[in-house]
Amino acid sequence: MANHAAAFAPQFDDAEQQRTAANLGIWLFLATEILFFGVLFAAYAITRVRFPDAFAAASRLTNLPLAGVNTAVLITSSLSMALAVHAARHGARRALIAWLSLTVALGIAFLCIKAVEYRLDYLEHLVPRLDFRFEGPQADQVELFFYMYFFITGVHALHVLIGVGCIATIAVMASRDSFSPAYYTPVDVTGLYWHLVDVIWLFVFPILYLVSRS
Amino acid sequence: MDSLPFFPARASTIAGPIDELYFAWLILAGVVALAVAVTMLWFAVRYRRGSSASRVIADAAEHARTMHHIEITWTLVPLALFIGMFVWSAEVYYRSIRVPKDALPIYVVAKQWMWHAEHPAGEREINELHVPTGSPVELVMTSQDVIHSLSIPGFRIKQDVLPGRYTTLSFTANRPGEYRLYCTQFCGTSHSNMVGRVVVMEPAAYEEWLSAHANVPTMASRGARRYQELGCDGCHGAQSAVRAPKLDGLFGRPIPLRDGRTVLVDERFIRDAVLLPNENVPAGYEASMPSFRGQISEEELLDIIEYVKSKGNATHGGGQ
Amino acid sequence: MNSAVIGADENLASHESYLSNGWNWRSWLLTLDHKRIGILYVITITLLFGIGGSAAAMIRLDLLTPHSQLVSIETYNKLFTMHGVIMVWFFLIPSIPATLGNFLVPMMIGARDLAFPRLNLLSWYLFVFGGLFTIYALLAGGVDTGWTFYAPYSTSFSSSHVFAVATGVFIAGFSSILTGLNFIVTVHAMRAPGMTWFRLPLFIWSMYATSLILVLATPVLAMTLMLMGIERTFGIGVFDPALGGDPLLFQHLFWFYSHPAVYIMVVPAMGVASEIISCFCRNPVFGYRFMAYAILAIAAFGFVVWGHHMFVSGQSAYAGTVFSLLTFLVSVPSAIKVFNWTATLYKAHITFHAPMLYALGFVGLFTIGGLTGLFLASLGLDVQLHDTYFVVAHFHYIMVGAAVMAFFGGIHFWWPKITGRMYPEDWARFCAILTFVGFNLTFFPQFILGYLGMPRRYPDYPPEFQVWNVLSSAGSSLLAFGYVLPLAYLLWSLRYGAKAPDNPWGAKGLEWQTDSPPPAENFHTTPVVTEEAYAYRTESAHG
Repeated sequence: MANHAAAFAPQFDDAEQQRTAANLGIWLFLATEILFFGVLFAAYAITRVRFPDAFAAASRLTNLPLAGVNTAVLITSSLSMALAVHAARHGARRALIAWLSLTVALGIAFLCIKAVEYRLDYLEHLVPRLDFRFEGPQADQVELFFYMYFFITGVHALHVLIGVGCIATIAVMASRDSFSPAYYTPVDVTGLYWHLVDVIWLFVFPILYLVSRS
Repeated sequence: MDSLPFFPARASTIAGPIDELYFAWLILAGVVALAVAVTMLWFAVRYRRGSSASRVIADAAEHARTMHHIEITWTLVPLALFIGMFVWSAEVYYRSIRVPKDALPIYVVAKQWMWHAEHPAGEREINELHVPTGSPVELVMTSQDVIHSLSIPGFRIKQDVLPGRYTTLSFTANRPGEYRLYCTQFCGTSHSNMVGRVVVMEPAAYEEWLSAHANVPTMASRGARRYQELGCDGCHGAQSAVRAPKLDGLFGRPIPLRDGRTVLVDERFIRDAVLLPNENVPAGYEASMPSFRGQISEEELLDIIEYVKSKGNATHGGGQ
Repeated sequence: MNSAVIGADENLASHESYLSNGWNWRSWLLTLDHKRIGILYVITITLLFGIGGSAAAMIRLDLLTPHSQLVSIETYNKLFTMHGVIMVWFFLIPSIPATLGNFLVPMMIGARDLAFPRLNLLSWYLFVFGGLFTIYALLAGGVDTGWTFYAPYSTSFSSSHVFAVATGVFIAGFSSILTGLNFIVTVHAMRAPGMTWFRLPLFIWSMYATSLILVLATPVLAMTLMLMGIERTFGIGVFDPALGGDPLLFQHLFWFYSHPAVYIMVVPAMGVASEIISCFCRNPVFGYRFMAYAILAIAAFGFVVWGHHMFVSGQSAYAGTVFSLLTFLVSVPSAIKVFNWTATLYKAHITFHAPMLYALGFVGLFTIGGLTGLFLASLGLDVQLHDTYFVVAHFHYIMVGAAVMAFFGGIHFWWPKITGRMYPEDWARFCAILTFVGFNLTFFPQFILGYLGMPRRYPDYPPEFQVWNVLSSAGSSLLAFGYVLPLAYLLWSLRYGAKAPDNPWGAKGLEWQTDSPPPAENFHTTPVVTEEAYAYRTESAHG
């Protein structure tokens, strides 16, 4: 511990400045992510208003139990990530590695459950253009719903995958003693990214799975 | 008024007001641009390095106050001017899009790369539009493929023509002659060849032209025939056992829908009813009408709309 | 002070600078120095400007005759599309921010580099990568949808390489986002002691506002292109009515980005103009605070006016009314800026070096461009002018007349600082004037063509429009000279130009307080700021 008490990149004047910069940087990046997903949500909302019945019917065909489990998994992973940041702040290296590893495991679990969910969707002929079948009115609009469903959850899953990679990297760095209470910025920054991925899911889940389901 | 240089001829009743707006902007913009240019030039000469003009600012605080007042002035004055111009131009715009009740409808189907116009009396035109002076005309337009845009600079009108819905354009021509008609939304390879002409005729000449084309079936009668061919009468006819809305007196009325909304039965409603019947199911009916997508062309849809319109003035209010 | 310098050579014989700091490929292609990255960008966008400009030349040559004789109409459609795509995304959007911005932002605030040098290098690679995709599409046969990619033509009808170009632009978008992110963080976190917000040069304010737009608007474009690309590939209809979609949704999403994008293109030019004008007037910019607030207001209001591109699209009249009003409001801060630049000349000591000629030309052309924007903001009038050459003239006055003149002015102004050489002054003045004249000759006739009704994107046009088209094409030949000659003499000056002193113009600003060209770490000692911005009038008080 403490081998990086004063470590900062040459363009900065001190560690404090580097921390401020990193923090501001990640928040700006999160803002761009919100705008990315915002466009998708807007397109979804507008299309939903145009075809309320079809989208409601399609929504009922989504796999609520698996998505519900995934929601619990992601929320738990945010908790473990927060605990990891806490551990880093206090220099508890072993706890840090443990919490990071748990977060990685939960992230991978999310992706596996998602893969299972996609496979089940495929078997139920809900994947657009891939043997899509829907017996009922407005089949085109139901297919449109699933196009958006796969697009939105797919882009989200990509972000989860990237997050898992980042957290795993941080965990390796932690095992090499790269962090200390004076310097744990990468943990902080990755933590914020992971929380955003979670928050986005907390929007995705209700609008795709829950609204108009009953 | 004859056309001025740099201006197209004025051939519609809205052309004058729009030109006035344009002149006003030309003058306003010209004055501002000139003022800026002259001031810059004057300062550039007077205050060039080495000139004898005084650069002294005697009282800095007084100077700052004056400059502040100048800033506020040249913020508020443009703001007021802009708001004034906004109101004026919005007023002209609303005048230009208002469709008079007695407007003569002409239906336009745009497709890559030509304009197909249909008069209710049955005449069809390709890349041409014959209209009379003095009568308001409403163009009801749709596209068969991509977005086009109908522009008649001599009338000072323009409107994008969209696939999947109807957009409208209205005008009253007031100057006989021929005027250019363009497509002004890029629509593919021959976009620049999708041009035509509008022929404006005095009412007498227009009547002559109509009677020369009189021996074609009207749009409404073509619509009635297609209506029969597609079997619409099977459900919507008076003798039908199936519960379907009757069409007499239906066009132009607001009706309640099953989901609680109230909509106006206009061209778009009819089109959606034929192609996407379960979007706007009227109150008290089932969502059981089949879609005719793929079985009916845009022109045939317009014929059917004219047919439904022709049933619009029946004395009884139509079945419900 | 941290003395870790990025790869300094111990060469004491010649003047040591960021340019002499390593000569091999790695030192350039793997550089983390913001100044070198700025130069990498200059080279790249110059190449792309050449390609986009060649397309323009072909267009203007073809338009000499009413019937397209030089190229087929298919080729013409591809030419104007590629011209737009390359000039907008691969020249104008990066131009001032990625070249002058990269070079100057750290220097003007007294920092050693940007906050994230590695992200900076990544942004250049992403830009190159995106550009390569787009060049591929060009070579493979081009795109003909117009740079606006309107659906359903782009999603369901065009048989050209829409997907490749959309991908290239998508990738380049990340380059923009990273640059913007870097600038915002740098300006917030890394200002030198004494450099308070209201002592910042207006160029920094303009870079900051531009970066906000880059960061917030570009993601919207990215997703819109992605939706369009996937619809095109899989035939699922978000935008195509034949598949149940809404074509207006595409337009709303597209313009939500593309209107703020035009402020990305012009706000940096405003920043450059303020620096140049104050320097060659030896006067502070009139109304500094109003200027700074105006920049922020333009950036903010720029996000809520996108519907003015859609007045005749089938958008509701009420929406059009709101957008028209907001567009008038966004013109007020721009008007303030023009008046303030003019007032900066009052009681000044003006010299007319080439950068000043470019900057004054910028003010004039921006005034005309901005005023003609008001014509288009007027609902009733826009019906006549929409999608005609009036619009083409309006946006070229802003994007070429104003933005490119300011870009050239900035390149000349900071050339001594960047390269350590002076450019030949007489040639440069000649080119500034030639560009101004050629530009007006090219684009003013297009206003007339527009009201007469000549539509945009027309390779064939009615013969009565020919005289104006010939005038416009003639002007464009002058303009071409005005753009090519500087390339020649600037390159010449790298070897034969006079060596530049640290501050050839006697300008205020931290970048002028260090060597020309600067050392790798920008300043030998961290500057401390004690005077206000543009402290030209109090020169006697400070050395």
